[in-house]
Amino acid sequence: MTAVPLLTPEERVSYLAAGSTLRSWLLSTDHKRIAILYLISITSFFFVGGVAATLMRLDLVSPDHHFMTNEGYNRTFSLHGIVMVWFFLIPSIPSTFGNFLIPLMIGAKDLAFPRLNLLSWYIYVLGGCFTVYVLIAGGVDTGWTFYTPLSTMFANGHVLAAVAAVFVVGFSSILTGLNFIVTIHKLRAPGMTWGRLPIFVWSHYATSLILVLATPVLAVTLLLLAAERLFHIGIFDPALGGDPLLFQHMFWFYSHPAVYIMVLPAMGVVSDLVSASAHKRLFGYWFVAAASLAIAAIGFLVWGHHMFVSGQSRYASVIFSFLSLVVAVPSAVKVYNWTATLYKGDISLDPPFLFAMGFVGLFTIGGLSGLMLALLAVDVHVHDTYFVIAHFHYIMVGGTVSAFFGALHFWWPKITGRLYNLTWGRIGAALIFFGFNFTFFPQYILGYLGMPRRYHIYPPQFQIYHVLSSAGASILAVGYLLPFIYLIYSLRHGKPAGPNPWGVAGLEWTTPSPPPRRNFLKPPVVTREAYQYPVETLGDG
Amino acid sequence: MADHVTLAEQYAEPRQQREAAFMGMYVFLGTETMLFGGLLALVMAYRFAHPVASADAARHMRIWIATANTAILLTSSLAVATGVLGARNGKRRMVIGSLGVAFLLGLAFLGLKGLEYYLDVRDGLAPGLGTPSPLRFGPTALFLDLYFVATAMHAIHLSVGLGLLAWASSSVARRRIRVPDQAIVLEMTGLYWHFVDIVWVFVFPIFYLARG
Amino acid sequence: MGREARLLVAVWVALLALLASTVAVTFAPFGPIKPVINLLIAAAKAGLIVWVYMHLREQRGLNRIAALAAAAWLMILVTMTLIDITTRGWRI
Repeated sequence: MTAVPLLTPEERVSYLAAGSTLRSWLLSTDHKRIAILYLISITSFFFVGGVAATLMRLDLVSPDHHFMTNEGYNRTFSLHGIVMVWFFLIPSIPSTFGNFLIPLMIGAKDLAFPRLNLLSWYIYVLGGCFTVYVLIAGGVDTGWTFYTPLSTMFANGHVLAAVAAVFVVGFSSILTGLNFIVTIHKLRAPGMTWGRLPIFVWSHYATSLILVLATPVLAVTLLLLAAERLFHIGIFDPALGGDPLLFQHMFWFYSHPAVYIMVLPAMGVVSDLVSASAHKRLFGYWFVAAASLAIAAIGFLVWGHHMFVSGQSRYASVIFSFLSLVVAVPSAVKVYNWTATLYKGDISLDPPFLFAMGFVGLFTIGGLSGLMLALLAVDVHVHDTYFVIAHFHYIMVGGTVSAFFGALHFWWPKITGRLYNLTWGRIGAALIFFGFNFTFFPQYILGYLGMPRRYHIYPPQFQIYHVLSSAGASILAVGYLLPFIYLIYSLRHGKPAGPNPWGVAGLEWTTPSPPPRRNFLKPPVVTREAYQYPVETLGDG
Repeated sequence: MADHVTLAEQYAEPRQQREAAFMGMYVFLGTETMLFGGLLALVMAYRFAHPVASADAARHMRIWIATANTAILLTSSLAVATGVLGARNGKRRMVIGSLGVAFLLGLAFLGLKGLEYYLDVRDGLAPGLGTPSPLRFGPTALFLDLYFVATAMHAIHLSVGLGLLAWASSSVARRRIRVPDQAIVLEMTGLYWHFVDIVWVFVFPIFYLARG
Repeated sequence: MGREARLLVAVWVALLALLASTVAVTFAPFGPIKPVINLLIAAAKAGLIVWVYMHLREQRGLNRIAALAAAAWLMILVTMTLIDITTRGWRI
């Protein structure tokens, strides 16, 4: 092969400076720019979902005095769920950090299909437009789960528009997953074997398998829902011999794996962050990689645990219960490996690593409550109570959102080329951890005591827990707002970051911050193992 | 293989790009499998739960039109496969001719499907259109409605396929796409078309042959 | 190229034969096993199309898995839903 030419001066320019018109951003096929487009969009929806949560927590402070009607409250929690699940959590890590980092981590110049990548963002925006319409037009009261026959036959509200929003945004997920799968298989740099990939990449690969296999089933389920509502045909109508449980089977066949779409990328982030924090090789690399794939696979076999009290066959419930216990095993394996990685490590307590450790603690608590819910006998009592709400918020907020913030704080210097104030970062992490527990731990107790979910009128003896929870939420809100201030401040006033400000292993840290348009100054050839320490060059390209 | 392939930036060699294209298309068709498969799984569940009503509904479906349509689509797949073979061997006229035949066959399918739908509406089998037939009751109506949803989804995908065939064929005719260098375009179009055929291969027995 | 073309036509003939057989089975007195046979015939047709027309026989193992994974995954949805329906003890 002939000598590979080094980059011209123009090609060395960072991706941020390569074109400053709006058009150059909106029509860019550069995975790094698309990642930033996604970052801005999902952050906007995070705010929308957050406002809905704020309204709910304010309304729940009093057991009988409310500023929202019952219908209004139903529409608020529905909006909160729809926005947070599909327009924030699912794309959060993959479409921003996955998009930005995967080519860098494998030594490629871009994803396999860059134009599909841009298309996926526009599809997301289109779905988002439907959601904004739903929001302005008054919302839906079906919950994010759209159960029939309420959604098909009785709900007043903009069900079709909401269903259209979710249907459309699903295609964005599918395209992203497709792109990642082909990229990881086909575009790895010479020497980048599967065994040298960071767990961040393994996790996104596993996530992508779920994205492409599960999301289409949601699409067809929503299509049937829409057809029933539009044409008044009774696919899930018991009077016609239809079965509402079949809706639930098809809905949860997607929606359970969906929660792994939300948590696997976060686990990938945490694996990288924990190793970086300890400046030490990740313990049990192959166990963690295999666990990622196992979670993706087994995650498809457990959906019936959402249907234990729905009328589903008892025998099916027993099978689903057993499998739900099994799926906890690979997650636990990861927790042990992260802990073992920290042992005797040279641990630094910079903000990203505080978020990562917060993840490990909060995910463990959430996971333990998940085990309780997997037990059929327990779930019968706490199904549809605040216990379930506490469980999934510990995983998705305590877990995924913490990992998201961890990723933001870790790769910020790489993405923007700027360092931010570490002290403020630590304060933000602490506020989030403390505020989160304050908000959601009381909800475990509420659920155990019998407080149902999706209700805003409740017996007065529950009020103390709701007040605690709402107070915690106010602290959490401050914790979430703080990073926006100091991170955006750093864009102007932050010190320039070198290629590897944290002094950690990883191919993305060998290129300038921010990276040039084509990612690397010369095509990398990989000779190091993943997470190999000590890192030889600190601070040079 | 071809030596004048335009290599996109992120690829190091043509074989890598070609394999990525095939993998991408297979994964995409995998998602479509889950889409149609999810629907057909639901239908199988209902056939199992309501065997008599499903058979009743199926007996009023037009099995001979559907059989003809199945034969038409299978033949169109032969035509497309022939077109792809021609593309790989640089035979421009074979490509244009074969895709043209496939296009016409696809059009014939839609024509027959349209005839079927017309007859269904005339007989009151369609939801909300015309005087409802006495069949439109309970699980029989359910099965009929699922038939409409499934065949409509298939017809939409087929129409997209027709668009692709027309575009590919005309691009080759105008030499916008060169064969065999850019045969990949025809190969990808072919994969999509064959998938649409496979969907019908399953729709046919699941609905029309449910007559018991 | 001639040999390739002959293979394509041979597959087409086989597909039409399978079509004829599936219609024949439908009108034959085979009882409740008919849907199973018809689905198997459909799977055979699909297999031929995928293997020959969709070039699966030329692909490496990885792409073959990519092509077939979804079909396998679908079985999970079908199987476990059927487990529920068949063991509920009450009809829908």
